[in-house]
Amino acid sequence: MTRAKVTAPGLKRRLGWAGLLAWAALGLPGISVADDVNSTGLAVTEDTVKVGILHSITGTMAISETGSVQAEKLAIEQINAQGGVLGRKIEYIQEDGASDWPTFAEKARKLLVNDKVATVFGCWTSASRKAVLPVFEQYNGMLYYPTFYEGLEQSPNVIYTGQEATQQILASIDWVVKEKGAKTFYLLGSDYIWPRTSNKIARKHIEKKGLKVVGEEYYPLGHTQFNSVINKIKLRKPDVIFASVVGGSNVAFYKQLKAAGIDLTKEKPLLLTISVTEDEILGIGGENVEGAYASMKYFQSLDNPNNEAFVKAFKERWGDDIVIGDVTQAAYLGPWLWKAAVEKAGSFDVDKIREVFPGIELKTAPEGYVRIHENHHLWSKARIGQAQKDGQYKVVYETEDLMEPDPFPEGYK
Amino acid sequence: MKTTPSASSLMSRENLYFLVLAALLLLVFPVLLDAFRLNLVGKYLTYAFVAVGLVLCWGKGGILSLGQGVFFGLGGYCMAMFLKLEASSPEATASQSTPGIPDFMDWNQVTELPWFWQPFHSFSFTLIAVVMVPVILAFIIGVAMFKRRVGGVYFAIITQAIAAILTILIIGQQGFTGGANGITDLRTLMGWDIRGNEAKTVLYFVTSGLLLACVLLARHVLGSKLGRILVAMRDQEDRVRFSGYDVASFKVFVFCLAAALSGIGGALFTLQVGFMSPSFVGIVPSIEMVIFCAVGGRHSLLGAVYGALLVNAAKTGFSESFPELWLYAMGALFIAVVLAFPNGIAGLYQRYLMPLEKKILGGLGKAANTPPTAAARRMEETP
Repeated sequence: MTRAKVTAPGLKRRLGWAGLLAWAALGLPGISVADDVNSTGLAVTEDTVKVGILHSITGTMAISETGSVQAEKLAIEQINAQGGVLGRKIEYIQEDGASDWPTFAEKARKLLVNDKVATVFGCWTSASRKAVLPVFEQYNGMLYYPTFYEGLEQSPNVIYTGQEATQQILASIDWVVKEKGAKTFYLLGSDYIWPRTSNKIARKHIEKKGLKVVGEEYYPLGHTQFNSVINKIKLRKPDVIFASVVGGSNVAFYKQLKAAGIDLTKEKPLLLTISVTEDEILGIGGENVEGAYASMKYFQSLDNPNNEAFVKAFKERWGDDIVIGDVTQAAYLGPWLWKAAVEKAGSFDVDKIREVFPGIELKTAPEGYVRIHENHHLWSKARIGQAQKDGQYKVVYETEDLMEPDPFPEGYK
Repeated sequence: MKTTPSASSLMSRENLYFLVLAALLLLVFPVLLDAFRLNLVGKYLTYAFVAVGLVLCWGKGGILSLGQGVFFGLGGYCMAMFLKLEASSPEATASQSTPGIPDFMDWNQVTELPWFWQPFHSFSFTLIAVVMVPVILAFIIGVAMFKRRVGGVYFAIITQAIAAILTILIIGQQGFTGGANGITDLRTLMGWDIRGNEAKTVLYFVTSGLLLACVLLARHVLGSKLGRILVAMRDQEDRVRFSGYDVASFKVFVFCLAAALSGIGGALFTLQVGFMSPSFVGIVPSIEMVIFCAVGGRHSLLGAVYGALLVNAAKTGFSESFPELWLYAMGALFIAVVLAFPNGIAGLYQRYLMPLEKKILGGLGKAANTPPTAAARRMEETP
């Protein structure tokens, strides 16, 4: 995939200023169509447009990010089959962030500066997003970021297609309090910014209702010994374990819970997680998570025509055994939202697209209906599913209205 | 110092190699590469500082440290703290509940700048801290370990544990350190925007210049009596001890020197990449840095620089060309190094290219060697 690159600084050196002027005068042949559709020199020709896909396909995050890559490729292929964006076929350049944050920054720079991609779909962890953010702001690129995350951010150069923390947490806590009569909570998470921020929001919300948090604990990423916390949980008997353990630790956590005799189907205590999607259940094993509740905006089992078509297409493209989690669906929204925005703006220019963002909607989203808020997050419904033995979630609750994204909740400003 | 003819010709050759590296870094790369690639090379070179330090303490001194990332990270964090404070002026952070402190502190309900952040308002303090913080930690570790004659594998394991501890500490204290995300969104250095291409090019030259200076410094250390004691210690520690030398102090010194070099590398890394995160502190990057050194040849200072360049360039190149397969290519490269040329690039060069070079140069006679020899003599005479 090494392609001949022609970058302005390189050319300048080779041709000198006079040569560069002559070259520019010829209308930058082969690089751009200098009109309203593309006035900033992006990699857009008469019939193609280049975009970037930037996820980890190697390293510890690969297992999580693969679904996002597949979803983005599927969306791009479907858009192309429908005739592309503004009549141009999408070509993607994929780069590997390698679960390594400076690599993400390096590759983002390459995509924006060398490849001049019109937009980038990518990143998964907050750390990788934070690493590429300055690059996107400096070169005025646009990133579609799929993961549910802690909020506290609102960049003009990012569209957040997953839930921010309040969308995921507030409705689910209201639900366990109202439907399950929960009074005491035990907060448990992996030790990094997302669980910590999520638990802060949760704690605030719980205490505002006059209810009690009886424990709050964090374990390093990759931790596998949860026996001591399980013993504490048994001692303090909370009504709800609010869990935001991520990655491989989940396997150990749920197995040890079960081994310690805590049967989640009995709901004593009830377990509410914001971090276990269908993808994670594959690793944990359905029989170990059975009965747990998850708060997400999307479950593979959602019953609506959009989702049916999406799941069918996804399985046709990537194999029957595949499961689709919340983030995968959010990643699938990226290319479609971008297409809608480009077509509304009539241009690939990032600045023009940014102006039309608020109110861009997607009626064909697998999760139902979504709309872009002024704050670059999505209006979407919050849902609660209960894990089944077969590794799927059964949807037990969804909010009536779309929830407004609020990346800077009160007290966090 | 009296030099035998063969030693002086060796010196001259080393000078020649050094000049080749200098030309490569200061002339060839800037001319051939565009700003983006040049910036990448600049980033690779910051790892070369660590690799040079490892040649000193591992290759020559026989102290294998699997925790050089700690020192790299500390240097980087010192620089990042200064830059972050500059980026968090009260005007720039007016929307926060406590303006004037870094954004991540505000998110974590920290309302006051912690005491250990205060001195990083000063640039001169920061420059000193970049070197001294790693050195002080290395000194403490060194004294605690070497005075008790802990060495070899045990020392390697302890350095690795320290890398793990520091990572956990940084991630856990996210209100004070930025946690797993690190310290991000760094903008200016003393009002000078470090994000643009021109700034990156300037930083590249600063990095190259400092690296060359550090290589010279390391060479000076190795050329001195101290260097010989280091090698002697590596080969027969007890004999050196019985000869009356305080082995532990020499070890502490070389370990501190390696830490200082790593710290400088880390600070330059922060400047060029624009952020610092705990992922450079932990075990994996620390081991990677040892690999750079091994690929280049752990006995050769210049080899270490080439090793850092080659491994990182291969990483970038492979991963751009084969995003799905590149790790296998890297794995193959490392296996090849261990199996086929255990002394790295430098070893390969000495074994295959040097005889060839001798044949060619031998024909040209001594005339060609004269200027560098003179330079070498001058160097040796300088106190």
